[in-house]
Amino acid sequence: MSKYKGIDQLSTVDRIVVSLMVLVPTVLVLWLVWLPAIGSVLLSFTNWDGIGPVSEAKMIGLKNYSDVVSIYPPFWPAVQHNLIWLGVMFLVATPFGMFLAVLLDRELRGTRIYQTAIYLPVVLSLALVGFIWQLIYSRDQGLINQVTGSTIDWYGDQRYNLWAALVASSWRHVGYVMLLYLAGLKGVDPSLREAAKVDGADERTTFFKVVFPVMAPINIIVLVVTVIESLRAFDLVWVINKGRNGLELISTLVTSNIVGEASRIGFGSAMATMMLLISSVFVVFYVRIVMREQR
Amino acid sequence: MTTTSDAPPTAVPGRSPVARRPKKAGARKGHLPTQVFLAVVAVLWIFPVGYALINSFRDYAYTSKNGYLSFGGFTLQNYRDAWEQANFSHTMLNSAIITIPAVLLTLFLSCCIAFVVARFSFKFNLALLATFTAANLLPPQALLIPVYRMFRAIEVPFWFSESGTLLNSYWGLIAVNVAFQTGFCAFVLSNYMKTLPREMYESAVVDGAGVARQFFTLTLPLCRPPLAALATLEVTWIYNEFFWATVLLQSGDKYPVTSSINNLRGQFFTDNNLVAAGSVVIALPTLIIFFLLQKQFVAGLTLGATKG
Repeated sequence: MSKYKGIDQLSTVDRIVVSLMVLVPTVLVLWLVWLPAIGSVLLSFTNWDGIGPVSEAKMIGLKNYSDVVSIYPPFWPAVQHNLIWLGVMFLVATPFGMFLAVLLDRELRGTRIYQTAIYLPVVLSLALVGFIWQLIYSRDQGLINQVTGSTIDWYGDQRYNLWAALVASSWRHVGYVMLLYLAGLKGVDPSLREAAKVDGADERTTFFKVVFPVMAPINIIVLVVTVIESLRAFDLVWVINKGRNGLELISTLVTSNIVGEASRIGFGSAMATMMLLISSVFVVFYVRIVMREQR
Repeated sequence: MTTTSDAPPTAVPGRSPVARRPKKAGARKGHLPTQVFLAVVAVLWIFPVGYALINSFRDYAYTSKNGYLSFGGFTLQNYRDAWEQANFSHTMLNSAIITIPAVLLTLFLSCCIAFVVARFSFKFNLALLATFTAANLLPPQALLIPVYRMFRAIEVPFWFSESGTLLNSYWGLIAVNVAFQTGFCAFVLSNYMKTLPREMYESAVVDGAGVARQFFTLTLPLCRPPLAALATLEVTWIYNEFFWATVLLQSGDKYPVTSSINNLRGQFFTDNNLVAAGSVVIALPTLIIFFLLQKQFVAGLTLGATKG
């Protein structure tokens, strides 16, 4: 941005006003987001039990981490569930949302109605999504069991509940991805498609060789959103059974270690730090893309 | 990002899907299989909500006798029961107490930051924006321990919060929501404000208007379109916010609607028609937004980097 001298000269009052406008929101975000982020990392290296004052806590190096991975039974199942979650979102829900966006982008008759129906779940909270799907999954009165006559407890049985939750979660994720891609597709210069058509490319080739590469920024944003959402998936399983019995996720383990009966700060913050580490890689990706677009 | 724990607010390059591209004649022909496929998907997608809506109007005794595949037994009783048992008049009020100040504060503080970033060429303005944007992507659970402990340790006067600490107080929860949502809004608003002509500030400066007056009388009124879109989106997100409300407001009587879902499940355990009626009531505010302000909602979601 170029300096515009005349209007950038500030009186004392103006200086105070500008400082306040920057400081108030910045202090709030530093206090409630960045300070806690650093706090989680530091706490993960101490043996603080959460009862005495923090100042008495000792640095114990990586002991919390080695404990979590070796003697905390729900940890590895939770990692596995998070990975399955990511796999389904990334390999099924996201491509399907993308596919729908491509079809809807052709603007056939009724497109607006289809589009509206498919992104309706996006306005619902994931907690409510879990609640609504109970009507379909419940053992005694659920739709699936009424139709098929089975007696499976879809939300309760360890063999099925993760997949049941994933179907419900995908229901919402597909609509969201579709919306993002539709916006991206509308932004693609139509003359590119025309040129590809003139060169004799069919629709599939045009999409994969021309349109898809042009949408690189949006692809990365969708990738980041998918990864972060899979990592912080929480509401849906917490509503189902507070993340127990086959639905353990890292996020629910952190939470139940803090607010539950047994408060194990060390375990909790070690897992919190792992979450921060993974997410920060993708946050950096995201911020770089967004800031590049910004210029 | 929602949020939160909900869909994260994200900035997306590209135009809003509401915008239409010019159409060639005949392009709509010969796509019957696609049409059928899309119609089937649309029906499947609307089904869970439709199913909840229909069964919310059906008598429990009727469906348990004839099964859910039957037709009939329509009643409004489920809504009366759900409203009373779930204490919706109370939780809806709590949701309003949390959502309204949180949205107003988020928008106001985002406008402040965005205005400074767009209006002055601070060297650090991109870094500042990055700090805010990154903040709303971090997993909230990873920040829980320090926030929870801090809130528990911070004592506030009784008139501010009955619990005596920030934990269990509306203002603590509102502050967390604002901190998480400001990044996205500031980003969208600063992009918009950059497109405003700088010349207009010149005449204001000549008239002797200070920065505060420029902000309130020039910039804010011009930002109505993005503010409308963001307000729609933020109301939805903060109303839907589940995680922070659940862990920071431990006494059930302060829970907003979304967090009280957990209590409902136990209470409605044996009656799916009550679950259905409860779901419809909970979804109602967001569904109203969805149908009345759809354009604003979609615009907000995809407004990110439209550059004007």
